[in-house]
Amino acid sequence: MRTEGRGADGAFCQCLGCKKILLKSELDEALGVCPNCSHHHRLGAAKRIELTFDPGSFEEADTGLASSDPLGFPEYADKLSKARAKTGAGDSVVSGLAALGGRRVATAVADFDFMGGSMGSVAGEKIARTLERGVEHACPVVLFCTSGGARMQEGLLSLMQMAKTVAAVQRCRDHGIPTLGVFTDPTMAGVLASYASVVDVILAEPKALVGFAGARVSKQAGVSKVPDNFQTAEFCLEHGMVDRIVPRKEMRPTLTRLVKSLGGHLNG
Amino acid sequence: MAKTWKEWEKPLIELDEAIAKIEALIATSPEDKQDELGVRLAEVKARRDRYIDVRYSRLGPWEKTLVARAERRPYTLDYVTALITEFTELDGDRRYGADHAIVGGPGFFNNRPVMVVGHQKGRNIQERQFRNFGMAKPEGYRKAIRLFDMACRFGMPIITFVDTPAADPGVESESRGISEAIAASTMKMFELEVPVVSVIIGEGGSGGAIGIAVGNRVLMQDHAIYSVIPPEGCAAILWRDPEKGPQAAAALRLTAESALELGLVDAIVPEPKGGAHRDPLQAIHAVRDAVKEHLDALTGLDGRTLREQRYAKFRAMGRFDGA
Ligand SMILES: [Zn+2]
Repeated sequence: MRTEGRGADGAFCQCLGCKKILLKSELDEALGVCPNCSHHHRLGAAKRIELTFDPGSFEEADTGLASSDPLGFPEYADKLSKARAKTGAGDSVVSGLAALGGRRVATAVADFDFMGGSMGSVAGEKIARTLERGVEHACPVVLFCTSGGARMQEGLLSLMQMAKTVAAVQRCRDHGIPTLGVFTDPTMAGVLASYASVVDVILAEPKALVGFAGARVSKQAGVSKVPDNFQTAEFCLEHGMVDRIVPRKEMRPTLTRLVKSLGGHLNG
Repeated sequence: MAKTWKEWEKPLIELDEAIAKIEALIATSPEDKQDELGVRLAEVKARRDRYIDVRYSRLGPWEKTLVARAERRPYTLDYVTALITEFTELDGDRRYGADHAIVGGPGFFNNRPVMVVGHQKGRNIQERQFRNFGMAKPEGYRKAIRLFDMACRFGMPIITFVDTPAADPGVESESRGISEAIAASTMKMFELEVPVVSVIIGEGGSGGAIGIAVGNRVLMQDHAIYSVIPPEGCAAILWRDPEKGPQAAAALRLTAESALELGLVDAIVPEPKGGAHRDPLQAIHAVRDAVKEHLDALTGLDGRTLREQRYAKFRAMGRFDGA
C-alpha cells in the first residue's frame, strides 16, 4: 500500500481521505480501502495485480522495454532512474497474461508512482502489445488505468501513443475481443482521451479523479465555476462516460463475471 | 523574449507600414518628387526583404510557435475557399449541437469529390469567440466522425486540416465527454477505407489535434508546430513558470523538422519567405501541390490496404530501448 508522506513509518499510517490513523495491516487487509471513510488509496501495479487476478496466474511480458529519452529532454533521464528505483518497474505500465476465474486475460496495469503513470513510448507500446496479445490469444483484455496523461518528456512521440493505443483497441473490436478498462485515481488527459475511453466496458473506482483537462489547464482557460463532483468517477457515471463504479473489494468478481459473459464466445 | 507573433514581428510590421506610407505618398505627390520617393521606397523594401531573410532563415522552436499562431496565417476555410470547389459545409453532429471550431463538408479537390474536415480559428474578437479560439467541443469531433463515416461509405478521399491550441477544456465539454469524443474520432479514422491526408497548418495542439490527424499521410507546414502540450503549459508544470515557454518549446521539439526526423510526419510543406501569413496564396498553393501529390500516391489502393497501412504507420510510432 502506498500512503507515503503521511507518517507511513512503522505499523501505522494515516488515511489520505479522513486523516484517521490506521494500522497498516488493517488497511492492507481492506485492500487499501479505509475502513472508516472508504477512501480508496492508490495501489502500485504489483499490488493491483495481486489483488485482482487468480493467485500466481500473472506472467509478465514486455519486460525488456525501456524508455530511452529520445529527445534528450531536460532532467528526464534522472526522473526515469528515480522512478525505476521507487517502483522497481521499468516504466509506468506492467503488462502480461493473467487469469480471472480460470479464464485467460491479457492485461496492462498502470502505476501512478512511475512518473504519474504518464504514457510515453514504452507505456503506449505495452498497451498496444497487450491489446494485440488479446487478439493473438483470443482472450479478453483488462486495462487498469491511472495516469496524469501523455508524458511530455517524450514530446510528440507521446502524443502519437494516443493514436497507437486507440488503433490497437480498434483491432480488438475487429477480432471480437472484449476490452475492459478500469479507471483508477487519477485517469486524465491523454490517456482518458485515447484507449481508456474506447474500450467496451468502463469501470471506475469510487471517487477516482477522471477528466480531460488538468486543474491547471482549466484555470488557464478561465474555467472557474465547477460542479462539486467535477472530474470524478461519479461525475463521469452521471454523464454516461463510465458504466459502473465498483468498490475495490467487488472489482475482482465484477471483472470475472464480465470476462465470462463478454468473452463467452472465445475459447479458454 | 517576444510572447506574441505581433510583438515578435513588430520591426517587420513597422517596415511594412513605412512602405505603405511611401506608396501612398507617391500616389499623391507631384512628378518632380517621384524619383526621390522611388529611391526611398526601394531602400525600405530592400531593408524589409533583408530583415525577412535574416529572421526567417533561422526560426527557433519558440519563434515557430509564435508564427504558427499568427492570426493572419491561412486557416482551414481559407484553404477550402481556394482549393475546394462546390464545397457545402455540413454542421450537424446529430447528438447535441453545432460546433464551430471544427468545420467540414464535401466538395471537389482537383475535380474529384473529397470530404474536408478541419479546425477553424477566428481573426477578430467576435470570430474568435464564435470559433471558441479553435478549441473544439465534443460536438466537433462527433461531427467529424459523421463526415468521416460518410466519406468512407461514398468512397471519397478525406483531407483534414489541423490547427487547434487544444480541445475545449470547459465543464460542458467534460460533461458531454470530450475525451470520449476525441478517442472515438481517432478510432473512426483507423476504420476508414478511403485515402486520408492530414495537414498540420498551424498549431497541432495535443489530443485536440490527434482526433482528426490520423492520415495515411501526415504533412506539416514548415512553420507549423505539433506538440503534446503547449510550451507555456509544459513550462508551468516543469518549472512552475509559464514565462519559460521558449525553453519548453525547444525541449519539446515541436517543429516540423523534428517531427519529420522522428518519423511522425511524412513531409514538410514549404512556406513562402516570411511565413504563410506573408503570402497566403503561395502557402495555399504549396499545400495544394503537396496534398495532390500524396492523394495521388494513395489513389488506387484498396480499402483494406489503406487501413492496414494506416495501422502499421501509427503502430510503429515510438522510440524505446529493447524489443
Ligand atoms: Zn479514511
